[in-house]
Amino acid sequence: MSEADEVARVAAGLPPYAVSLGIGVERIEAGAPLLTLDFAEKVHGRPGFLHGGAIGGLLEMAAIAALRMALAERGAVPRLKPVNMTVEFLRGGTDRRTYALGRVTRAGRRIANVSAEAWQDDPARPIATAWMNVLLSGA
Amino acid sequence: MSDPLPAFPPAPGAPFDPAAVSSLMNGRGHGGFVGLRYLAHGDDWIEVALPWRADLVGVPETGVLASGPIITLLDNATSMSVWVRSGAFRPQATLDLRLDYVRAAIPGKTVIARAECYRLTRSAAFVRGLAHDGDPADPVAHAAGVFMAMETA
Repeated sequence: MSEADEVARVAAGLPPYAVSLGIGVERIEAGAPLLTLDFAEKVHGRPGFLHGGAIGGLLEMAAIAALRMALAERGAVPRLKPVNMTVEFLRGGTDRRTYALGRVTRAGRRIANVSAEAWQDDPARPIATAWMNVLLSGA
Repeated sequence: MSDPLPAFPPAPGAPFDPAAVSSLMNGRGHGGFVGLRYLAHGDDWIEVALPWRADLVGVPETGVLASGPIITLLDNATSMSVWVRSGAFRPQATLDLRLDYVRAAIPGKTVIARAECYRLTRSAAFVRGLAHDGDPADPVAHAAGVFMAMETA
């Protein structure tokens, strides 16, 4: 599958929440979809800054998208149930585009451990990181 | 002429009235987008509601809400519990927030968060919260987090 096809496939699979929040798919990077979220009133938290909930939602979508892609490569399409998630907020997100990329630390038979990072100008200066455990069922 | 609305955000140290401030806080920005609504509060706790909405769904086949809005609900509710406990507004930033997704919320039902600040220091506030969709004994999610007070000039 070409990268453009892969990007279109990931975008088509985003849930209603991701679409209404304004999450987009930029490209495939390091084997995972690079997601974007543009600054808008609907993601605004304290004055001038991104809301932590919007950052958390973006990180979760990036983690799940990375996991789906990794599982698809091994021919598995289980249902994914998030078990838990921790978000660490490192810097305030300001009024510009935010990027997020997930990384599968380990995908076992029943549980996957996935992390994600979000940044704005510089990937080396993340604004937030997250990890989550996801239950894989019906695989 | 109606009374002027209270300023938002309140000035640091201003008395915090969650019932008055919630409509301002949740009528705009990301809280407004997901539709958060103030329900009730006590000395150190607050309840905030997240009504179900089709465009907040994470699993189209079942209508189950995405976990992003649940993060927002618990982030807002735990954040406000700090000001409820202290009785005054203090600018703060979320340091970390952990969520356990105990079960999927029932499609169509309003999710209610009850959050409390159980320890408040000069620099940090420790919070926890539960989200349920009708029965607090059968929660949807559990949260624990820490907020850091912003240094004010």
